[in-house]
Amino acid sequence: MSDDLKQKHGTTGHSWDGIEELNTPLPRWWLWTFYACIVWGVIYTVMYPAWPLVNQATSGVLGFSTRAQVAERIAEVEAANAGINEQLASVELTEIAGDPELNQYAVSAGASVFQTWCAQCHGSGAAGAVGYPNLLDDDWLWGGSIEDIHYTVTHGIRNEDDWDARYSAMPAFGRDELLTDEEIDSVVNYVMSLSGEPRDASLVEAGAEVFEYNCVSCHMENGTGDREQGAPNLTDAIWLYGGDYETIHETVENARFGVMPNWGERLSEAQIRAVATYVHQLGGGE
Amino acid sequence: MTNAIKLVALALVAIFAAIAANYARDLAYMVNMLVVMLAASVTFIYTLRKTDEDRDLRDLSGEYMDGVVRYGVIATAFWGVVGFLAGVFIAFQLAFPVLNFDWAQGYLNFGRLRPLHTSAVIFAFGGNALIATSFYVVQRTSAARLWGGGLGWFVFWGYNLFIVMAALSYVLGGSQSKEYAEPEWYVDLWLTIVWVAYLAVFLGTIIKRKEPHIYVANWFYLSFIVTIAMLHVVNNLVIPVSIFGGKSVQVMAGVQDAMTQWWYGHNAVGFFLTAGFLGMMYYFIPKRAEKPVYSYKLSIIHFWALIFLYIWAGPHHLHYTALPDWASTLGMVFSIILWMPSWGGMINGLMTLSGAWDKLRTDPVIRMMVIAVGFYGMSTFEGPMMSIRAVNSLSHYTDWTIGHVHSGALGWNGMITFGALYYLVPKLWNRKEVYSLSMVSWHFWLATIGIVLYAASMWVTGIMEGLMWREVDANGFLVNSFADTVAAKFPMYVVRGLGGVMYLAGAIVMCLNLWLTVKKQPAEKTVHGLVPAE
Repeated sequence: MSDDLKQKHGTTGHSWDGIEELNTPLPRWWLWTFYACIVWGVIYTVMYPAWPLVNQATSGVLGFSTRAQVAERIAEVEAANAGINEQLASVELTEIAGDPELNQYAVSAGASVFQTWCAQCHGSGAAGAVGYPNLLDDDWLWGGSIEDIHYTVTHGIRNEDDWDARYSAMPAFGRDELLTDEEIDSVVNYVMSLSGEPRDASLVEAGAEVFEYNCVSCHMENGTGDREQGAPNLTDAIWLYGGDYETIHETVENARFGVMPNWGERLSEAQIRAVATYVHQLGGGE
Repeated sequence: MTNAIKLVALALVAIFAAIAANYARDLAYMVNMLVVMLAASVTFIYTLRKTDEDRDLRDLSGEYMDGVVRYGVIATAFWGVVGFLAGVFIAFQLAFPVLNFDWAQGYLNFGRLRPLHTSAVIFAFGGNALIATSFYVVQRTSAARLWGGGLGWFVFWGYNLFIVMAALSYVLGGSQSKEYAEPEWYVDLWLTIVWVAYLAVFLGTIIKRKEPHIYVANWFYLSFIVTIAMLHVVNNLVIPVSIFGGKSVQVMAGVQDAMTQWWYGHNAVGFFLTAGFLGMMYYFIPKRAEKPVYSYKLSIIHFWALIFLYIWAGPHHLHYTALPDWASTLGMVFSIILWMPSWGGMINGLMTLSGAWDKLRTDPVIRMMVIAVGFYGMSTFEGPMMSIRAVNSLSHYTDWTIGHVHSGALGWNGMITFGALYYLVPKLWNRKEVYSLSMVSWHFWLATIGIVLYAASMWVTGIMEGLMWREVDANGFLVNSFADTVAAKFPMYVVRGLGGVMYLAGAIVMCLNLWLTVKKQPAEKTVHGLVPAE
């Protein structure tokens, strides 16, 4: 066929290292599609913002703007949800669960807030991770009622930007030399014995004494913790950082200082109530 | 005399590099200065040992300079395997994060290896392929020996030194965090020097050509060299914090910087991976098929249209960002108008095979080149489509983009390069044909199926995650978290990794085949002289 083409159109008459070029005209379909694209391009740039001028660009006859588009879409959704958002933000917190329509809305809105803002630490399924509490169970550091959760979300935990943030700090017993190495060793064994097996049973008794003098003011005499101070229950075998000897030793030695942002600053009241409702209904709500 | 000057210069470079390594403020800079010191010292010793040798006074102007092309071919094959291997590894790192080993954090985790992969395949594999083939093609089609004496060798070694420095930087944390322009200022400066030398060699050869006209492949190569020089310099305008450290401050900031970066980034695709490789296509397809180029008119129109339009298309990388709408519209419009000029190259490549279609059955090298052109056509349709704002709002930031890039890179750049290597090795080492055509066939199928697995899995994950990101419930709330979309992609990530394994396996078969060609095939007697124009 190329020999036919050669006879039909001829070559340019040059040869480079044996390569010749045919004088075949431009394929019609190619040329017309190219023209059509150009024509379309010209029309499109008239319709949409396109050509930069001295002070600003042409804005296009359709008045298109991506920013306006986003704003419009957000306004649409907000307008559609305005009534129910207002209701959500104003009813008693405890009444939300009783109103099926409001509850369903709060849960789906809350899930979306959670996926966007909370999943980074607590996991997309809310099961938490090392250092970040599991929100599916009924073990709460600061309380699991809807009011407690709402307060925690609004003000955050150990947050310096919010005076109302939940705050407590465990002493770094080892680093600050409040306890000797032997005392820490024994108290760790005692704490392990509360929910399981200590590493060294012979130290448990001594550890109980250390516990009594240093830990009971927050973790209570029987080790069940105190939600007023965010002091974890040490008897339930649920561990935020881990329940093995090394991890507990590290906790007693240097203490922990988990933090959470004060979402009241960034989210609307309706959003906070929604996410509180969502977390509350995950399984452990009180 | 020249040797004396060379020795002094090399000694000075080695000493200054040693001083710089001593005062280095960061590890990447220090290691790279040691590399420079080593390179200068080795060259110093090499030059010194040659000084007393009798000068070769033969007139070489009647012969092609093919030594540097041979080295380029070897470097291309080597870096290809390195780059594909890095790609396969990081693909599995994404599927199985445990491969980001704890003991290698800060060196071999995904964030460090990803630029290593992209630079290895684009700049090391692609760049060496472009330099080697352009040196080969410009000599043949100009009927002239490479201009500049040993300058061609400087380009080859200098460019590969650049690659080694860039690769070491990434692993050691030296990066200016601009995609495809990660090397820091001192590496950029070195590349600029090498690139100017490259331009001089190429242009010098064209100027002293014995043919009355410049062949189309050389237009493409030249446009690639010139434009990359411009892009590289403008996108890397920075002020170093210290001459003894890699860190620097960008001259442009915010959206201006983003726009400059994607003007660079898209034209790295347009001129490095498209124009340069079209130059390759315009020589090796007609040579291998032994047919004339389909249409001179088409080549000239699509060349100028491509060159003019590509440079405007960058903003389509920044739809729905801080970039003003007008710039985004122009990026999209120019991208779509670019569709036909891109296809002009595909038509010219495919139609050159008119009357030689039967060779597809018998010659797997031609088959490789044809599928390369096919993938080129597909990617240059997909690209304009993805630049449409509405499509982009779904595809942007998803794996669809990754799939698109790889159907272009693996399909077009990879396959046309493999074709060129299969053509070049027998020619450069005076062998009749490659060692085994059936191995070429194996390579062809491994690579093709690998690309299909890669592109298809990325379409699936890309469109899936795009849809998951925008999924909202009846009240307008987002349904999925980002982590949900990541988890959903897992099976396709494994498929993608397997596609990569196949592609890598094909490249290894190729290396073996090329090595056996040189080792096992009997040498031919060929005429070395230039063939002047008629």
